[in-house]
Amino acid sequence: MADPAVGRGMRGAEAVTTADGTVAGGSGAGVITRGLRRHVDRVGYHLPAAAVFVGTIVLWELSVSALRLQRFILPPPTAIVAALASEADLLRRSALTTLFEAVGGLAIGVIAGLLVAFLTVRSSTARNALLPVAVAANAIPIIAIAPIMNNWFGVLNPLSKMMIVALLVFFPVMINVTRGLTQVEPSVLELMRSYAASEWTILRRVRIPNALPFFFTALKVSTTLSLIGAIVGEYFGGSSEVLGRVIVQSASRLRFDITWAAIFLGAVTGIVFYLLVVAVERLVMPWHASLRGQEG
Amino acid sequence: MTDGGGSAGETRAVGDPVVSIRGVHKVFQVADGRTRALESIDVDIQRGEFVSLIGPSGCGKSTLLRLIGDLTAPTAGIVTVNGKPARKARLDRDYGMVFQAPVLFDWRTVEGNVRLPLDIMGVRGRERDRRAREMLELVELHDFARHYPRQLSGGMQQRVAIARALAFEPKILLMDEPFGALDEMTRERMNSELLRIWERTKTTIVFVTHSIPEAVFLSSRVIVMSARPGRITNVIDVDLGRPRNEETREQERYFQLVTAVRESLRGRVDGETPVASPDRTMAEGTIG
Ligand SMILES: Nc1ncnc2c1ncn2[C@@H]1O[C@H](COP(=O)(O)OP(=O)(O)OP(=O)(O)O)[C@@H](O)[C@H]1O
Ligand SMILES: [Mg+2]
Repeated sequence: MADPAVGRGMRGAEAVTTADGTVAGGSGAGVITRGLRRHVDRVGYHLPAAAVFVGTIVLWELSVSALRLQRFILPPPTAIVAALASEADLLRRSALTTLFEAVGGLAIGVIAGLLVAFLTVRSSTARNALLPVAVAANAIPIIAIAPIMNNWFGVLNPLSKMMIVALLVFFPVMINVTRGLTQVEPSVLELMRSYAASEWTILRRVRIPNALPFFFTALKVSTTLSLIGAIVGEYFGGSSEVLGRVIVQSASRLRFDITWAAIFLGAVTGIVFYLLVVAVERLVMPWHASLRGQEG
Repeated sequence: MTDGGGSAGETRAVGDPVVSIRGVHKVFQVADGRTRALESIDVDIQRGEFVSLIGPSGCGKSTLLRLIGDLTAPTAGIVTVNGKPARKARLDRDYGMVFQAPVLFDWRTVEGNVRLPLDIMGVRGRERDRRAREMLELVELHDFARHYPRQLSGGMQQRVAIARALAFEPKILLMDEPFGALDEMTRERMNSELLRIWERTKTTIVFVTHSIPEAVFLSSRVIVMSARPGRITNVIDVDLGRPRNEETREQERYFQLVTAVRESLRGRVDGETPVASPDRTMAEGTIG
């Protein structure tokens, strides 16, 4: 899960597309044509995914009416959109509160994970003691202790959800950043040694840049985890105007159109959140964009 | 002819050696025993010399270079650089190193990589940028200043590493097969450039290579090594004039020296080598 290989695999897929774009672009004459073609290619790349999405929605709508499915089994997309409109106020407030919990918890977990990773850089003893425990903790379903967090920090206090999120996020961040800070190529350390560079210089100029891709891999996993953590935490109780409570309560009233609308909102929030991290990643690590092809 | 010009014998006569290696042995402990990488190495390298190390793969050339640079410690013996222990010389940043692999930072542009030692050593602002640009022009990569290392070919990456090593004008340059990844034309041009820099900066260069012509063309002395255990089998004075240029490569003496190095590498060191080195001030390892 929290493995940089995940990120690498994705970059690999992107490399293929850009390579296609470059091939097509290279044969063109003017810069404008080339830019235009690249743009068209990029749209072309997203076209299949968009088609699948739209197709699924249409198929969903048609099969609900064709099979005469009961609304509480599966409401059609049009009903979900209607619920989104009629319950707009409640849904918007709920989504914002849930997002607040998720972001707050994410911040706490990321800061704690970074702190531990940086504190153990110098001590391989501390690392060897902590890392196996962290890897093991990362494998257990931490979400199961949500009721305990609600109990400790108060069901109605958003801090209880934040702590669930923080706990979920802490381990992947700590494990990945520790790896990124320590798994530096020996030859690079040798080069720094030949410059008689201090440990601080090595940390600043080698370890931290080396850890950045690891950190962003963990952060991308964590954005998803943070929304899961917040919503599941809310299932076990909390203020009524949060996505988790809206989902539970509308389902118990058999208003599944609202349930689906809330789920849809959670999904959109998650995707936007994720894309935001990807955008920051590209900004912070321009050299990674360079791995995708010879653009520019 | 430049100052550093004369024959190798002249340069060697003056002053204390820049690098002094005395009775050095290096043994690596490995899982299935020990590797005797270097045995009984004695070498003196004088200020301003250009010394090449040549020998079969695995004979300990890189290890010897790393010993001089204090990147590894000798099992026995003493390495002195600029009159101080190798460690002190490293901490004083007396040398620049070009490794066998380029060792570039993915996250720095080509220019950023060349600037790295300057950043670390506190060279700032315009002076830093000027030197980085100058070095990039030297290795003909100024058009690629904003590229990232992954966008370059292997040979281009190696040229970045050379520019980086030259950027802070070290007193001693330790170069481990720096031109191994280059094509013949670029290689010959880089050879001439390196000689020009060497003559201008009067730096001392220890140069590892697998190419006999390259060793002869560049060096004031060629140290020939043999493998298992790694030891020095011959030291050949290259008494070709300076400056050296394309004509040098056509001289009779040049071919004689190339043959001499080749035969030393084959382990045939007999009386007929056209090399006269009676006044050797350094004690080489036993002649095999
Ligand atoms: N860190 C190490 N651990 C164990 N053995 C080593 C290590 N470094 C070098 N050796 C051994 O020491 C010997 C000399 O290695 P070295 O790298 O100095 O050879 P070289 O002359 O530079 O070879 P090449 O021309 O192939 O680069 C080899 O037998 C090698 O296996
Ligand atoms: Mg080597």
